[in-house]
Amino acid sequence: MTRLFIMWPFIQLGLTDVWRHKTRSLLTMLGVVFGVASVIAMLAVGEGASLQARESIKRLGSQNILLSSEKPPADEGGNANAQQGRLTIYGLLYDDETRIRETIPGIELTVPARMVKRNTRFGERQRELRIVETIPEWFDVVQRPILAGRVLKENDLRTHANVCVLTAQGARELLAAKEIIGQRIRIGAGMFEVVGIVKNDGGGSVRTPDSEADVYIPMTTGKKMFGDTSSRVSSGGMEGERVELGQIIVRMTAVEVVEAGSTAIEAMLKRFHKKQDYKIDVPLTLLREAERTKRTFNIVLGAIAGISLLVGGIGIMNIMLASVTERTKEIGIRRAIGARRSRIVIQFLINTCVLSIGGGLVGLMVGVLIPFIITWTTEMPTVVQPYSLALAFGISAGVGILFGLYPAMRAASLDPIEALRHE
Amino acid sequence: MKTEHLHPNADEVVRLDDVKRYYQVGDETVHALDGVSFSIRKGSYWAIMGPSGSGKSTMLNILGCLDRPSEGAYWLNGVNVAEMEDNQLSDHRLRNLGFIFQSFHLIPELTVRENIEVPMLYLGLSHGERARKARDLADRVGMSHRLRHLPSELSGGQRQRVAVARALANDPAVLLADEPTGNLDSATSVQIMALFQELYEQGKTVIVVTHESDIAQYAKVNLILKDGRIASMRGEGLG
Repeated sequence: MTRLFIMWPFIQLGLTDVWRHKTRSLLTMLGVVFGVASVIAMLAVGEGASLQARESIKRLGSQNILLSSEKPPADEGGNANAQQGRLTIYGLLYDDETRIRETIPGIELTVPARMVKRNTRFGERQRELRIVETIPEWFDVVQRPILAGRVLKENDLRTHANVCVLTAQGARELLAAKEIIGQRIRIGAGMFEVVGIVKNDGGGSVRTPDSEADVYIPMTTGKKMFGDTSSRVSSGGMEGERVELGQIIVRMTAVEVVEAGSTAIEAMLKRFHKKQDYKIDVPLTLLREAERTKRTFNIVLGAIAGISLLVGGIGIMNIMLASVTERTKEIGIRRAIGARRSRIVIQFLINTCVLSIGGGLVGLMVGVLIPFIITWTTEMPTVVQPYSLALAFGISAGVGILFGLYPAMRAASLDPIEALRHE
Repeated sequence: MKTEHLHPNADEVVRLDDVKRYYQVGDETVHALDGVSFSIRKGSYWAIMGPSGSGKSTMLNILGCLDRPSEGAYWLNGVNVAEMEDNQLSDHRLRNLGFIFQSFHLIPELTVRENIEVPMLYLGLSHGERARKARDLADRVGMSHRLRHLPSELSGGQRQRVAVARALANDPAVLLADEPTGNLDSATSVQIMALFQELYEQGKTVIVVTHESDIAQYAKVNLILKDGRIASMRGEGLG
């Protein structure tokens, strides 16, 4: 306490020094301001992006394995898979699901789904929406909260009921502001009753099994009504695709068996599919990858921020060296009066710390403001992390001490006799 | 302690024993001081004179504890300066010496009061103590009406008065003045020398280093240096 009391006049001295050279101090501080602000802003943007990615991966469930059909690359000179006319046949099969469920250990359940684009109509409104033909367990596996009504039931499947569940986005597009539950909408050739609405959210960078505006119908109803073949008119005439299952979600009993499960599934699919017409996504692996990417990102970011703070620090050092030369005489006077070297070091160090900590504080404010503006203008999510504030501020103070030390030592090492003679 | 044991007379505030100071300039050794011995009693008033190149500046630096003798011993207030390291030397200057310079050497950014407070600051006095002492000292040199002024707002004589107040701040054993009237006109010089006389009469030990004989006349003892040795030493109260 007494030490601080003794220090106070020197801190005051540092503050007055800074205030006396306002323009110079301000310019010197700018380096640190930008350094600190960029650290915080970049970390906030990076964290926002990776948080979004991780959220969407997590939503897929870390116990899940995601199999999806993928159109294989068109191969030259005929084809191995059956192709009749312009009908392309590829993708996951009903048999695949059965085989996986019955032979691979550690599986809790499998959820098949078919995705087709169909014209959907309600009164005058008409949209082409993605129809997801699936089973009730889907909603459990992808964790869609119910907003209104109910989701599909086992009974709907058994009775081939003409019912559908919409996502909030789909409901908005199709039905606008009207009473939704109980309305009948036309999908393709059939009429369906809307029984429920679930929450939707954007996929982000990772491919999720659903899109924003989906219509869910019982798988059995879909198969009876639409079959497995979808066709559309293209420039070359009719073009058809035959895909049995668009997607199979496999939920394992525990996180520990996910990797073994996915290896086994891959081996099995490889045996039964001549072409690579499927894709396996393991959210757990994606999550780990995302975390790895984030780490790399943080290292790169840290390096950039470090460099900018370094530049700021060099700026401070430069100014302080000039200041030492400018104040050689004052140093001589103080030394002659009886100031120890350490007092001179402290005086100059406080001066630099005022600059760097002052710059750090301003940078802190700017750094918090930038992500706010980014989110406000681009709707890109940003997360200002408390640790980044502490980090950036700590580094700026550290830079002040580190780069202030050399000029301060130089000031203190001046010979008082020489310094007094300096003009 | 050895040095204290060796100290011959507690009444002597300054004592030099065969002090030599030489510099290496290229291959040559320059003897700025070549065996100087004298002692100054407490409460006396000395002038050290000599032409340029006589070793006067070197003597000032050694007396002022800014430099150490190459050989010999220098006791200031009972402690041998020759054996001190830098921090002790700084502390010794702070407590036992009051410097007065030819060009005043006030810190231009600080007010009169703040300038007077600088030595007290390094001694660790509290804010209240510093303010009170600074007022007293300014009063003593007749500057109490200018406490809030900057040095640039003062005349040369006024600046030197502030410098004297600063030199007195920690109640030093010796006041050491280097050409204190060198930058002043003759009328102001007389005033400053009158201030020194006053301090001497109050019991302060005053050493003035000068090349002007009319300034030296104010002192009670005149020591003349030549070629790094004492050429003559005259005055009252010499042992």
